[in-house]
Amino acid sequence: MEFECVIGLEVHAQLMTQSKIFSGSSTAYGASANTQACAVDVGLPGVLPVMNRQAALMAATFGLAVGATVNPVSIFARKNYFYPDLPKGYQISQYEIPVVSGGSLEITTDAGSKTIRITRAHLEEDAGKSLHEDFDGMTGIDLNRAGTPLLEIVSEPDLRSPAEAVAYLKKLHTLVRTLKICDGNMQEGSFRCDANVSIRPRGETTLGTRTELKNINSFRFVERALYHEIDRQISVVETGGAIVQETRLYDPDADLTRPMRGKEEAHDYRYFPDPDLPPLVIDEADLALVRSQLPELPDARQARFVAQHELSEDDAAQLTGQSEIADYFESAVEHAQGESRLTANWINGELMSWLNKNDIGISDSPVTPAMLGQLICRIQDKTVSGKIAKQVFAALWEGENDGDVDALIQSRGLTQITDTDAIAQAVNDVIAGFPDQAEQVRAGEEKVIGFLVGQVMKATSGKANPQAVNELLKKQLLD
Amino acid sequence: MLHEHTLTALRDMLRRREISSTELTQHCLDRIAKHSDLNAFVTLDESGAMAAAAVADKQLASGEADLLTGVPIAHKDIFCTRGVLTTCGSKMLENFVSPYDATVVERFHQAGSVTIGKTNMDEFAMGSSNETSFFGSVKNPWDPDRVPGGSSGGSAAAVAACLVAGATGTDTGGSIRQPAAFCGLTGLKPSYGRVSRYGMIAFASSLDQGGPITRNAEDAALMLQCMAGFDPRDSTSINAPAPDMATLLGAQVRGLKLGLPKEFFDTSVDAEVLEKVRESLAVLERLGATLVDVSLPNSPAGIPCYYVIAPAEASSNLSRFDGVRFGHRSEHAEELVDLYENSRAEGFGEEVKRRILIGTYALSAGYYDAYYLKAQKIRRVIAQDFETAFEQCDVIVGPTSPTTAFPLGAKTQNPVAMYLNDIFTNTVNLAGLPGLSVPCGFDTAGLPVGLQLIGKFMDEASLLSTAHQLQQETDWHQRMPAEY
Repeated sequence: MEFECVIGLEVHAQLMTQSKIFSGSSTAYGASANTQACAVDVGLPGVLPVMNRQAALMAATFGLAVGATVNPVSIFARKNYFYPDLPKGYQISQYEIPVVSGGSLEITTDAGSKTIRITRAHLEEDAGKSLHEDFDGMTGIDLNRAGTPLLEIVSEPDLRSPAEAVAYLKKLHTLVRTLKICDGNMQEGSFRCDANVSIRPRGETTLGTRTELKNINSFRFVERALYHEIDRQISVVETGGAIVQETRLYDPDADLTRPMRGKEEAHDYRYFPDPDLPPLVIDEADLALVRSQLPELPDARQARFVAQHELSEDDAAQLTGQSEIADYFESAVEHAQGESRLTANWINGELMSWLNKNDIGISDSPVTPAMLGQLICRIQDKTVSGKIAKQVFAALWEGENDGDVDALIQSRGLTQITDTDAIAQAVNDVIAGFPDQAEQVRAGEEKVIGFLVGQVMKATSGKANPQAVNELLKKQLLD
Repeated sequence: MLHEHTLTALRDMLRRREISSTELTQHCLDRIAKHSDLNAFVTLDESGAMAAAAVADKQLASGEADLLTGVPIAHKDIFCTRGVLTTCGSKMLENFVSPYDATVVERFHQAGSVTIGKTNMDEFAMGSSNETSFFGSVKNPWDPDRVPGGSSGGSAAAVAACLVAGATGTDTGGSIRQPAAFCGLTGLKPSYGRVSRYGMIAFASSLDQGGPITRNAEDAALMLQCMAGFDPRDSTSINAPAPDMATLLGAQVRGLKLGLPKEFFDTSVDAEVLEKVRESLAVLERLGATLVDVSLPNSPAGIPCYYVIAPAEASSNLSRFDGVRFGHRSEHAEELVDLYENSRAEGFGEEVKRRILIGTYALSAGYYDAYYLKAQKIRRVIAQDFETAFEQCDVIVGPTSPTTAFPLGAKTQNPVAMYLNDIFTNTVNLAGLPGLSVPCGFDTAGLPVGLQLIGKFMDEASLLSTAHQLQQETDWHQRMPAEY
């Protein structure tokens, strides 16, 4: 029997507010334990929550960006359960009426383009952290994270493969970063994902029993964990078993999923509207403000790059996959006097490979858009060849000549030799030095001319203009 | 005698420097010690009070007196006070010292008053007799074998026995008005949102409201002026400035229409209570008020509605008392679940546990619609009843409680009988309206009877003015229990 998988994702995006969702404490990451937890975050007797308006507007920003309904009135509810890092014994979240309803994202995979519907996005507070190490049989509680604003974005079960799930997640990741509502840092937990997975025989329309996967906090883990879970479910069903609705954790070391302890499962959260918080109102004026500040969205930018910069869809998609890369591109193109395609090739090729090799982001690239743009200009005006340009790029990366492209080319003597006398001399030397090959060319084996070009380039340390060399050789040997 | 003066009178005597705050504060402390058998206080802050009195005396000497400079007051032990125990009447918080002040406490500090101590109360404000306190029952100064009412019983007993001229209370279903009635005092529950709840340990968040317990309406107005006003730390706080005393007391009784709901004057009410209530209404009529018959047809649903909503909210509000960060932590815990269960089993008393159970049940999957949601609908209907009645009158009047103070222990074995004490008060909380209890006579046993005045939303002025003018014509509020 052939199976298809059905996947829905729940993403928790930490909103980049200065202070927490219901208190004035800072949300900065990495402070010493419990130094960023005020009376409200600790849940002391008598304290009350006050809504951070900035978080509400960020949620509205997201809603507008995915074409959703930003509800004019939404309700905060209490989700009641006991856990040591949940200070009040309840989490303030949204239940029946979330801030954002509906919306969708367009994804592209090898299988083509597809619309993934978003069910809802709601505001809630994060819990603290339980620290199980370093306390010798006890558990430490750090409440710095307690009360950090989260936007939980829930997709419909529209995803049909791990590849689609990753594409959706990457799309969402790019979007929230472009909107500047989430820093997207997955290592620090600013962008977290849980997946609901089920399988069914292809053609079946009802949903199978689902499992929930947790702890899949990198794009790679999402893909691995989903593959394993789908395989596991298929083999369970094929051997006559039934899928049990449960929460499973992905173990990246063992590369498999295992069930969480069953005890944690049977929760009745006793949701009810939080009497401490009035309904959250987002009116037309708020929306007008948010709309006016909405940046160009990744899809629109991609389309503009294709139209304005005459890039291929693939190049444009790669560049707009991260708003910082797209920003870099636009800046570099300006410095390259509008030479967009070559700039795109250099960014998607050389620059990306250097960034990956050094494991740094584009914002930290030692080669700035201005440097790259300048280098592109020197390729365009034939001061350096493409090949030599890579040497220049490497030197720029190392910080030589303070990033002054022209000074660097000058001091390293990398200027392309366009002086025909000098090239002619080298060509004559090579013809004299490789008589057999010269003879072959004369006899009509034109392919061998490439060898001779290579020898001339070698003799000139690559600085000769290869096109000029080619022409000169042909002239000498064939005319 | 010094302690027999009202809060306003003491304030003025301090300003005229006829007495010093140090002298007055010491006098209060001496009286509290002398009458410790009342058990009105959980914690006294002698050194803090005397230090604050000394500061106040300096201010008074330099003519920089604020609204309440040098006046001793007491806070119900539900208000968080920095550096002083805040127990909420519970073993759970027996050793809890808050690192911050409640907004109400802060406002009294800013007004220059001297906090003398923290008054006893029903555990987590759950009770109508002050008998659920972990720190023992409070005695009614009018008859030490009787309850002072609750949950603000310690505050009421302290003011009635003239240990202090004014005290704060909180009222979720009648917890200011009923003890005020039982102790012959004036007690005001302001409109919901009038007084900040920040730092007031939550029982039922949508019903809780702080207010004053005093000897007369003038004092209540003075304390309200100090307590009220918008607080950005409480999202349910009403954005309206605190009204001043003159406004609160200046409304005219002449021409005021007083509505008598027939449901408040039925045979379930003690005959003597009804008689005293009617006598005081006759006084108000002589002052120019007119009496009109109104109806609050859904008020019988008030008790069941209240006893779903209040416990539901409480079950969630009290979840933070888990033995992890503060409060009682069981020493008998091997596993996490034991820590929760044992800390809460040991730290909470019987009534608190009962209400947590009721509330948890009412919010449970499968029961939520039948209980919590239904109760919310009834709550809206009850609020609508009041709105309809207020189309015919300005103030609604009736008894505060169906009886006068009952003997200690009389109702502790019968929770439902205890809950029925709040039959005339808790609908006011459900509707978010202001309510006031004012002394209106004594029964043949010599126990005080309270008249309840219920106002339109944010119209505390009509209640305080009416009570104030009644007190110009009567002296029930001036009587004092013989022993004190």
